[in-house]
Amino acid sequence: MRTSLPMFMGLGLLALAPMQAQAGGADILKSQCSACHALSKPASVTIDDLWTRKAPDLWYAGDKFNKDWLVAWLQNPTRIRPAGYPYFKNVIKGPKHDEIDESKLKPHVHLAKADAEAVADALMAMKPDGVVQKGIYKGGSVNMRMGAMTFDKFRGCIACHKGADGKGGFSGAELTDAGKRLQPDYIASFIKDPQKIDPHIWMPTLAMNDRSIQMLTGYLIKLSGQEKK
Amino acid sequence: MRHQSLLLGGIVLATLAFSAVQPASAADTKIERVYGTYCVQCHGLKRNGTGVNLPALSVRPRDHTDPKGMGSLPDDEIFKAIKTGGLSVNKSVLMPSWGGTLNDKQITEMVHYLRTVCKCGH
Ligand code: HEC
Ligand code: HEC
Ligand code: HEC
Repeated sequence: MRTSLPMFMGLGLLALAPMQAQAGGADILKSQCSACHALSKPASVTIDDLWTRKAPDLWYAGDKFNKDWLVAWLQNPTRIRPAGYPYFKNVIKGPKHDEIDESKLKPHVHLAKADAEAVADALMAMKPDGVVQKGIYKGGSVNMRMGAMTFDKFRGCIACHKGADGKGGFSGAELTDAGKRLQPDYIASFIKDPQKIDPHIWMPTLAMNDRSIQMLTGYLIKLSGQEKK
Repeated sequence: MRHQSLLLGGIVLATLAFSAVQPASAADTKIERVYGTYCVQCHGLKRNGTGVNLPALSVRPRDHTDPKGMGSLPDDEIFKAIKTGGLSVNKSVLMPSWGGTLNDKQITEMVHYLRTVCKCGH
């Protein structure tokens, strides 16, 4: 009697397995990803809700990621956030400063090529209105020295993000290859107002003028070797 | 088994009922948790300026447990530093502005909270 529930679930999984092999991207997202990632916009978000999150939201993925990066990363996921997500659940007191509790950071599920492509297609179709400001990034030439000074010194982005040569802080996403992972308009929109895209996120709104937003976005894109034609 | 599932059902129902009455407003988040979300990344779990980002910072974050250093700051300077950032009080840009993230009520509450952390109430 006691084993009946797990056995029933096991049978359910067996029955599901052959279906999944040919399932579309949206089905894979629902069955394998929705336990950790939000796939539709939550009705409301509070600071307390951030503490129940297991992973970054994906409901605006089509406005966020570059498809090539998605297809490759889903097959071979690497660490993006040095302290995992959310960082505050994975830090512990250390002798000199707080440290990352590596035992809490589990490897990400990876997908076979065909599934990765199907999921990337489904994710790229998720483009809700009003999250990202379309056309905000103008492109143009980038002064890498000024960009680096702004990122490291004038604006202190480096406090939370790894930038050039992988140097920087641990509580934000690594930005060393942000231009490969993220769309330019997403980068610029996020820098302009992180709270508009991800309410209550622990990146501050840094009252930036358009020149700084353009410069930092161009800098991050060029830093990843992703020059805009 | 029947007893077990009854019990289980009871727990599930109780949990559902409980979560339905949980406050949903951001302003209701406990101030310790606000600190734990935004400030801990630099000021640290010990609140003494030793957050996980410390190795990347060229200026040490303020030790919020130090009665002397914190005691020398008036409430309005602490409020200003949090709302509009380090630069606005002639300190480092590495102390960000949180006025776009926290409302004035939360920042006022944070100032009171910091006074309990440093045990240096004004
Ligand atoms: C056990 C929880 C869990 C499951 C299940 C899971 N993920 Fe994730 N996912 C995470 C976490 C945690 C991160 C952040 C990893 C990092 O930053 O290093 C992440 C990151 C991502 C990212 C990058 C997001 C970003 O903002 O940079 C994508 C894309 C992604 N996951 C897709 C998927 C897909 C597709 C599936 C299902 C096949 C899936 N995930 C299943 C926990 C999960
Ligand atoms: C106090 C820490 C902090 C500071 C300072 C900070 N950020 Fe962030 N940043 C974050 C966090 C947290 C996120 C959300 C990342 C996530 O989803 O895990 C983020 C996200 C981003 C993203 C989007 C990345 C993504 O994967 O969604 C970009 C681009 C970015 N920051 C750029 C900057 C720039 C440029 C600066 C300096 C002007 C800066 N940040 C300063 C914490 C910070
Ligand atoms: C990105 C890292 C970072 C984060 C996140 C951060 N701080 Fe700071 N904070 C600093 C640094 C660095 C200093 C020291 C500035 C100096 O002495 O020049 C500082 C200084 C301060 C001071 C002293 C200001 C003064 O006038 O001397 C207060 C108060 C303070 N922080 C409160 C907070 C609160 C509250 C939060 C969370 C809402 C927070 N900080 C988040 C880096 C940070």
